[in-house]
Amino acid sequence: MNINATLIGQAIWFALFIWITMKYVWPPLQKAMADRQAQIAEGLAAAERGKHEQELAAKRSADALREAKEKSAEFVAQAEKRAQQIVEEAKGNAKVEADKIVAGAKAEIEQEVERAKQQLRERVAELAVAGAEKILRKEINASVHADMLGALKQDL
Amino acid sequence: MSAEGGLTTTGYIQHHLTNLAVCSDAAKDAAGHCQGFWTFHLDTLLVSGLLGLIVFGLMAKAAGNASAGVPGKLQNFVEMVVGLVDQQVRDTFHGKSALVTPLAITIFVWVFVMNAMDLIPVDFLPVAASAVGVHYLKAVPTTDPNLTFAMSITVFFIMLWMNVKVKGFGGFMHEVFSAPFGAKLAPVNFIFRVVEDIAKPISLALRLFGNMYAGEMVFILIALLGIWQLPLALPWALFHILIITLQAFVFMMLTIVYMSMASESH
Repeated sequence: MNINATLIGQAIWFALFIWITMKYVWPPLQKAMADRQAQIAEGLAAAERGKHEQELAAKRSADALREAKEKSAEFVAQAEKRAQQIVEEAKGNAKVEADKIVAGAKAEIEQEVERAKQQLRERVAELAVAGAEKILRKEINASVHADMLGALKQDL
Repeated sequence: MSAEGGLTTTGYIQHHLTNLAVCSDAAKDAAGHCQGFWTFHLDTLLVSGLLGLIVFGLMAKAAGNASAGVPGKLQNFVEMVVGLVDQQVRDTFHGKSALVTPLAITIFVWVFVMNAMDLIPVDFLPVAASAVGVHYLKAVPTTDPNLTFAMSITVFFIMLWMNVKVKGFGGFMHEVFSAPFGAKLAPVNFIFRVVEDIAKPISLALRLFGNMYAGEMVFILIALLGIWQLPLALPWALFHILIITLQAFVFMMLTIVYMSMASESH
């Protein structure tokens, strides 16, 4: 174990290597590692944000879906109501129409009846006159008794 | 076994434990070995320096290309190592300093790669070196106390500088002379403090040196066993991976602790 001037040389080497490490190795590596750490932290934060946003979007879409469902239910209800209304209206119209037709038919029937009665009256008067003519050919003159026959026709 | 055949066992071991030393002719003894302070261990200096240049060059390249996006393989690996060290610093050192983390990274990485030289079989590099005319080569720089002391003494001075920087010179002196027994026992406090602080670099350096030297010694002894080294070298190498990492980690960790102590008031 002999200590000699090698010691000085080694101290110089040592100092040189400390200087290299201090100047060229440690600062850039430290910076790179710190930067990477920051990047990773940022990435994690972004992922967290994304997750949060996705949750919000899911909530929003659920809301929209529910709203749409409510609206469509409302539409269906309205349509049903309207359909009922239309049916009701149609029913009313039909009744009115039917009543009208019935009334028309009744009036026609009455007219017919009236006409038939008229005809009958005329026929009965003719028959009565014909009968009476046959019986009274001789003594009764149709023209003489026309007033009386007219009054009779009126009575029928 | 050795490049120079016909060596005794002692000679083989000693050969493996001798550094490639250079010095002026005046400093050489009769046998041609370098003596005195002005000797340089070329193998320690070159191996540690080259390893450091390669590994810190790679790291600087990876860091220069580093981006916050998906990291490449090299960047990922470097970030993993650096992140591990940084975590230790964050857990232990609570002050603010641009120096402590780079210091800890440098210590951990450099000591680790130098220790890892131990995993290259003990004869490979010396034999290769002697083939090109270099007769001594100690391939593991951390088995040279010059290197471990150089590191620990540097750490010691950074520690002193940190003390003065955080507490101010007056505050540091106040702490040295008044803790832990109060100002009345200033000399005792001072002696305590000196012993405490001197013990830090010595224990740092000797711990690393001792562990790696002993590990290297075991490899050399295993290499002496002839055919039996085959089943023994592998388990010891596997076990040694643990020691390599652990010693690098301990040196780094204790440095962080010393820096933390230096930057906190008692």
